[in-house]
Amino acid sequence: QVSELVQFLLVKDQKKIPIKRADMLKNIIREYRDAYSEIVKRADRTLQAVFGLQLVEIDTKRHIYILINNLPRPEGQHLCRDKEKEKMGLLLVILSFIFMKGNSVKDSALWEFLHLLRVYPGKQHSVFGDVRKLVTEEFVRQKYLETTAIPLTDPPEFKYQWGPRAEKETSKKDVLNFVAKMQSKDPTFWASQYSEAEANK
Amino acid sequence: NAVMAAQMTDAHRRFLQVLMSNGITEGSEARKLHQHCCETDKVYYAQDKLDDFISTINSHLQPLFMQIRKGLSEDDGTAHYAVVNLAETEVTKMASDYTEIELELFRKTMDLIIVSENGFASSTDILNLADQLKTKKMKKKEAEQVLKGFVEDKWLSEKNGEYTLHTRCIIEMEQYILSNYQDVARKCNICHSLAIQSQVCESCGIGMHLPCVRKYFRGQTERRCPKCNEFWSCDTP
Repeated sequence: QVSELVQFLLVKDQKKIPIKRADMLKNIIREYRDAYSEIVKRADRTLQAVFGLQLVEIDTKRHIYILINNLPRPEGQHLCRDKEKEKMGLLLVILSFIFMKGNSVKDSALWEFLHLLRVYPGKQHSVFGDVRKLVTEEFVRQKYLETTAIPLTDPPEFKYQWGPRAEKETSKKDVLNFVAKMQSKDPTFWASQYSEAEANK
Repeated sequence: NAVMAAQMTDAHRRFLQVLMSNGITEGSEARKLHQHCCETDKVYYAQDKLDDFISTINSHLQPLFMQIRKGLSEDDGTAHYAVVNLAETEVTKMASDYTEIELELFRKTMDLIIVSENGFASSTDILNLADQLKTKKMKKKEAEQVLKGFVEDKWLSEKNGEYTLHTRCIIEMEQYILSNYQDVARKCNICHSLAIQSQVCESCGIGMHLPCVRKYFRGQTERRCPKCNEFWSCDTP
């Protein structure tokens, strides 16, 4: 049973789809429902010991889980477990922007920022393809970004924040160090972000 | 047994993660990765001991019915590595990446390839299949795109408008193919692995991989079938 659950989780995680507890119960555990929490615990232990992945609950109300990479991240390899290095690079830039701007940005501000990087919502990008879809759908679905509607706006505007996967897979400190490196400055240059990053460890 | 007792280190885990996300990894890349992982996680790097390194991982994957498997390319005999699921009863790895109708097209394409003489199916034949799918008819344009996707993801490889199974597919699905296509799937007479592309003896019908044929006939003045001893009729480029 543990091995079946481990494989189920690995397959779901391949697509970075968050896993609902209901799916785990339905698909795998069937006759063993009473032993559910023990099976999940063992599956987590196996994932950590063999794959260096950890099962983390990101929504305790609706019982939703993701697998995060437990392996120490060498310099400059943030969030990169797979070959989608370019997408992760773009994501890191977006997360940095959001953090530096006080943890929340309006969608119009985000797109203005991406304009500077020659990334446009309306245009197919040579590496990222449909960028609007990537940012507003894929990154949100994978829980890297969270988007909420800003009330009383017409036409509706949205704000972007870090999603639970981003919170678990990277840290404000890592992101600030990235920004500092890009701009050849010391992280302490941004006093309020620096103290927030230190407090957040 | 010293290998069985060996512990998994972060280097092993990192290697496994990358292998899983690559789908298929070529031999020299795997060796470089072995070195990179040992250096990154500060684990002792035993040069040229990739197989031992992999055995350690495999001993821990075994209770999960998974394995890092080595397969040889049918084109040039180079080694490739893939993480396979030994308990597979169907094409479950692909199941998470493709829709029901795409999977049906793949299965039918695989049928064509395995049943064929030379291990290839022409794009015309495959596109005709698209018309007869049970799930829902697929237009030719769409089928072309789906085929392209299979090639990009390394389930199929394409040569001159014809398609065969990619080394990745063969490594991952060898068990599935051998059990589900028992009467039709051919095994190489030399290495005894599944042979999709093979040269066949005209007299007795045994098949061999092209790289295996080359190796077998190296240094032999007369090219004769290892089973029936008749002259080997196929050319070996």
